[in-house]
Amino acid sequence: MSRFKLDYFKLAVHIGALTPLVWLLVDWRLDQLTFNPIQEITKRTGRDALVLLLLALSCAPLSQVLKWRRILTVRRALGVYAFVYALFHFATFVWLDYMFDLALIAEGILEKPFALVGFLAFLILLPLAITSTNGWIKRLGKNWKRLHRFIYPAAVLVIIHFTWAAKQNFGEPLIYGGVLALLLLWRVVRKLSK
Amino acid sequence: MKIKPSEITSRSDYLSRRKFITGVGATLAGAVILGACDRAGVSEQKKPTPGKTKNTKDELGDPLTSFEAVTSYNNFYEFTLDKEDVAVLAVGFKTRPWTVKVGGLVQSPKTYDVDDLIRKFGAQERIYRMRCVEGWSMVIPWLGFPLAKLLKEVEPTSKAAYVRFTSILDKEQMPGQLNTSYNWPYVEGLRLDEAMNELTLLSHGLYGKDLLPQSGAPLRLVVPWKYGFKSAKSIVKIDLVEKMPASLWMRAAPDQYGFFANVNPKVPHPRWSQSTERRIGDARRRETLAFNGYGDEVSGLYRGMDPKKLF
Repeated sequence: MSRFKLDYFKLAVHIGALTPLVWLLVDWRLDQLTFNPIQEITKRTGRDALVLLLLALSCAPLSQVLKWRRILTVRRALGVYAFVYALFHFATFVWLDYMFDLALIAEGILEKPFALVGFLAFLILLPLAITSTNGWIKRLGKNWKRLHRFIYPAAVLVIIHFTWAAKQNFGEPLIYGGVLALLLLWRVVRKLSK
Repeated sequence: MKIKPSEITSRSDYLSRRKFITGVGATLAGAVILGACDRAGVSEQKKPTPGKTKNTKDELGDPLTSFEAVTSYNNFYEFTLDKEDVAVLAVGFKTRPWTVKVGGLVQSPKTYDVDDLIRKFGAQERIYRMRCVEGWSMVIPWLGFPLAKLLKEVEPTSKAAYVRFTSILDKEQMPGQLNTSYNWPYVEGLRLDEAMNELTLLSHGLYGKDLLPQSGAPLRLVVPWKYGFKSAKSIVKIDLVEKMPASLWMRAAPDQYGFFANVNPKVPHPRWSQSTERRIGDARRRETLAFNGYGDEVSGLYRGMDPKKLF
């Protein structure tokens, strides 16, 4: 990747991040979203959001370990895309799945602990996405970094959400959980060795 | 109609493509095109077709779920955890010869060849709703016979209080059984009076034809007032026993899956609500009915029992 010029690299990241969405729309048009399309959309957007979140969290370690500074230029975009997919995921739940039936949604969230945890993660990601513009970075100064450290608890909540939602099928959540654990461990080790 | 294994995208291709297209890893446009070609290949394969059914609606007036959905959206962990991959992996699963051993606390234990069994007890069409514990449902035209007919023939002794169903154990044909998080083979159970209920069916067909492997061929249980996982598939052994048998799911997660597992909108699963469901093919959710709508026939079985404990 590093042999690409800067703009090509960024372009590739944008295309890559949008591909699952395009794919989803194509599959939807071709009626290929399984026989339970709403569940499939929920699963896919959720997984995409998590993968993008992990990619955003990988930028710092990769830039250090591989001496690959350029990757830091796409970190923010990856984070914002993660939120966009989380937003689709949430919208699928309240709109496509529950048709804005607030009583059912409230019951759903309260009776399903995994939904509550996912909702909390979404609530954390929301202000992070809003404050991701240059203007907000300037306005918040030092506090911007403090605020954006909330990405870590949000990521942990997302893993709990995914593990809990999986019906006894923990392979995939465990893999993502392992990746997150590594990414967090790297940060702890680095902090301690400083 | 038979599908030759060679006509189907190989398992590894299929699964890796699936992982590939759903992940953010699918970033390169060229790869996207490759994926599309692969998919076109799948749609050319010969598909099984339904036979004739007597009815097109259940007794509540709801239409049958399409044959395609019934035969391509399956929970059958012996093959894979992915519902849409079961039908692909189950192609070529050997359902003959097949024997079913009926024994335990009975006067006359017997081992049946499955074809003799079907010939002997016949095929009635039963349109039943199937409610999965995951929150989706179908309306399926089964072919089969009441389990009671078989049980009467082997004559349970006075000690027999429960029936235990054991599914096939065959790691060669069922890759999902290599997954050691479950205690294979699949085991399920019913109380004797539940097993003798007129609704409880041993099914060997659907949509007017023999069961396909993904639906639990050649012989499976159908207990329509309970969550779908109670309806054990590809059964090789039926035993009458004295004590409540522990099912695979009870052993895997006793806090989440109980023995009775009666459909009940008022008792949430520990991790999700059971008050609504999505009928496959419908856009909107619908309310889940107590006993899946079969309360008139079966609520008598549970008189005096705490409904909260009937999960």
